[in-house]
Amino acid sequence: MKAKVFVNLKPSILDPQGNAVAEALNTLGYKAVQDVRQGKYFELDIEGETAEQVRITAVEVADKLLANPVIETYRVEVE
Amino acid sequence: MSKKKFAIVVFPGSNCDHDVYYAVKYVMGHDAHFVWHKDTSLKGSDAVVLPGGFSYGDYLRSGSIAKFSPIMRSVSEFASAGRPVIGVCNGFQILLEAGLLPGGMRRNQHLKFICEYVTVRVEATDTPFTCNANVGQTLRLPIAHGDGNYYADRETVDELEHNRQIIFRYTTSAGELNDAANVNGSTAAIAGICNKKRNVIGLMPHPERACEMVLGSEDGRIILDSVVTSLES
Repeated sequence: MKAKVFVNLKPSILDPQGNAVAEALNTLGYKAVQDVRQGKYFELDIEGETAEQVRITAVEVADKLLANPVIETYRVEVE
Repeated sequence: MSKKKFAIVVFPGSNCDHDVYYAVKYVMGHDAHFVWHKDTSLKGSDAVVLPGGFSYGDYLRSGSIAKFSPIMRSVSEFASAGRPVIGVCNGFQILLEAGLLPGGMRRNQHLKFICEYVTVRVEATDTPFTCNANVGQTLRLPIAHGDGNYYADRETVDELEHNRQIIFRYTTSAGELNDAANVNGSTAAIAGICNKKRNVIGLMPHPERACEMVLGSEDGRIILDSVVTSLES
């Protein structure tokens, strides 16, 4: 089963990479783009009988490795 | 005055391990040996160094994978026993990821990899890494990093300040704090911190690259010599 993990910097944390992207978009003419936050996206193929089991594993993996809890938050989607 | 033994941990991708070896063995005249990250013994070592470099290619986040290496359990035990551990650059990142030091690292504020000499000011001298220095003393040390923007939340910074765990801050050559001197944007201009027990330090600048005047500065010796001094007492 596939689990998707979206990792983002916590909202209180400055994101210079996101800002660089936003500035580039503004330069391209997309003045309507006011803010960009850049995160990470992981697709995990996890063995499990139920979506709940897969979700539990994805959360564990996100806690342990995929996200750094000091500066990042994450959310998990299981299809 | 016996020779002290420095253990230098080598992860796949560490590249400053030989500079530490050279500084400790040939410049300072003490013993140094390499410890492969899969080994688990730090027996006979007086101090442990996690050197700079790009362990695991900085994949995912700098130091995020190195923290799971077998040697890290031994490093953690060594630290719990109150013995000196120094994380330089990537080593600092690994200590943060492993939870041996509080806080985290971000991409440098202006997104560029910065490779230049900076000035750091010594904020506390009651550590095995700064006991040979004076409070307020400035050190000229080289930095070379893309992810050295130290972050800690308000609560953690207050705690670090309260416990005097901030050991080095980026300053002007005159020892003053300002935005320009804080080249990577670190919270509170923090260049290095220690743990509560004051035996584990992490710093972004490279003391091992500033041990001989011919390289531009000898200020790094103050940090490494302090370790020897504290081991002797």
